Amino acid sequence: MGNNILVKLNNVGFQQNQKWLVQGVSLQVEKGKIVTLIGPNGSGKSTTAKIALGLFKNIEGQVEKFTNNIGYVPQKISIDWTLPLRVRDFMLLTDNLTEDVIDEALSLTGVINLKDKSLGNLSGGEFQRVLLARAISKKPELLVLDEPVQGVDFTGEIALYELIKEISEKLNCGILLISHDLHTVMSATDHVVCLNGHVCCSGSPKEVAKNSEYKALFGEQASQTLSIYEHKHDHVHANDGDIKKN
Amino acid sequence: MFDDFFIRALVAGIGIAFVAGPLGCFVVWRRLSYFGDTLAHSALLGVTIAYSLEFNIAVSIFLISSAIALILIQLQKKTNLPSDALLGLLAHSSLAVGLVVIGFLTFIRFDIMGLLFGDILAVNKKDLITIWVGGALILLVLRLIWKPLFASTVNYELAQAEGLNPDRAKAVFTVLLAAIIAISIKLVGVLLITGMLIIPTAMARNLSDNPKKMVIFAIIGGLLSVFIGLFSSLEFNTPSGPSIIAAALVLFIFSLLKVKQTIQLKN
Repeated sequence: MGNNILVKLNNVGFQQNQKWLVQGVSLQVEKGKIVTLIGPNGSGKSTTAKIALGLFKNIEGQVEKFTNNIGYVPQKISIDWTLPLRVRDFMLLTDNLTEDVIDEALSLTGVINLKDKSLGNLSGGEFQRVLLARAISKKPELLVLDEPVQGVDFTGEIALYELIKEISEKLNCGILLISHDLHTVMSATDHVVCLNGHVCCSGSPKEVAKNSEYKALFGEQASQTLSIYEHKHDHVHANDGDIKKN
Repeated sequence: MFDDFFIRALVAGIGIAFVAGPLGCFVVWRRLSYFGDTLAHSALLGVTIAYSLEFNIAVSIFLISSAIALILIQLQKKTNLPSDALLGLLAHSSLAVGLVVIGFLTFIRFDIMGLLFGDILAVNKKDLITIWVGGALILLVLRLIWKPLFASTVNYELAQAEGLNPDRAKAVFTVLLAAIIAISIKLVGVLLITGMLIIPTAMARNLSDNPKKMVIFAIIGGLLSVFIGLFSSLEFNTPSGPSIIAAALVLFIFSLLKVKQTIQLKN
């Protein structure tokens, strides 16, 4: 099954200005599988994703990439007003796509009506959907999504997670997903990695759909889409980042 | 109907406008106007070196501007000074050194006003070939690096993550900037080349909602500026560079009317 691996990180780390942003991370993303990264702010989630994408030059450890067909949704993207850009122009950013392919991707994320709108006039949620549409439009083998549901309300969040699951099934691509939430991850996740400068713990998410308390809390549909992840840490982090074993 | 020198200036200006439009868009989008200025200031040094060594002027300017760009990158890496201070340092020191060298070269007669502000009489047939062949090459190379350059202008990491090469595109673009300065110095002059790059582009921004439109409007704006500027230069005996830039400014002011309208429509 080794040829199903799309990207493999082996004990990787990255330091900037003599400070380790992340260290000793190993994980792999396979075809059709979803790996979710969780962790507090500044824990190195985005850095880990960028290492996997090959955006840093001087990293520790090894990254093995088995595909070059990658779709990326960055955490932050600001479009300058000096650059007039419509959604349709943005879709063509890194690839030459046909009109049909663009329409298909925009329809899938439900923003086909925004095709001729200026990117600067979109709301946060609309913008995330456009970012996602752009990333999936070229039918990537590996999809890296850095907090794709930020700025989206709870109902929209559930809908987007369902969409991501649908994409993963339809394209059979591997997904590396960064979640902004520490405890809830999407149910379709195959593997969860909790980061805080290093891998604190990892495992698979717990089924919550059956739990009536969560049903009451999130609603019927949400509790099927979201799962709870129970952390199993054997150490705590002091305020200065020092690690203490329990 | 017109004198030969005027036709030559016109043909030169048209060629420059076609190249300045798309390059100017990237200068504005990537916030490089001061960088362009620095390269242009260093061009004077290139001219003096060309004269003293009896070397081709365009090639000499191109080499000096590229060298200044390299020095800037090194200084950015090795010092703690902010980029705008480094740009100012390089711009004014290279201009000053250029002028000092001119002072020493007493055996050659320099038209300093012509170098700084452009001279409609200075364009000869050889310059036309330089402008049109050089300009076509610049546009061809820009076409080749368009995708990575544009994608990384929008978002550097996204472009790199999806397999494009933004660093190479940026380096090539710097060379293209040096090249357009080299070919347009005779007509527009050292001090005003950046104006030729950014003023028609600024006008175009006011009129367009997508990048392609902006490039086309920037070219049209540049062409109009060249026509209006050169005719008034001939009519009022003003230096060609300032006349072209002043015409571009007038067009920019007209384009503001459009902005005002859209803002009113929005409210």
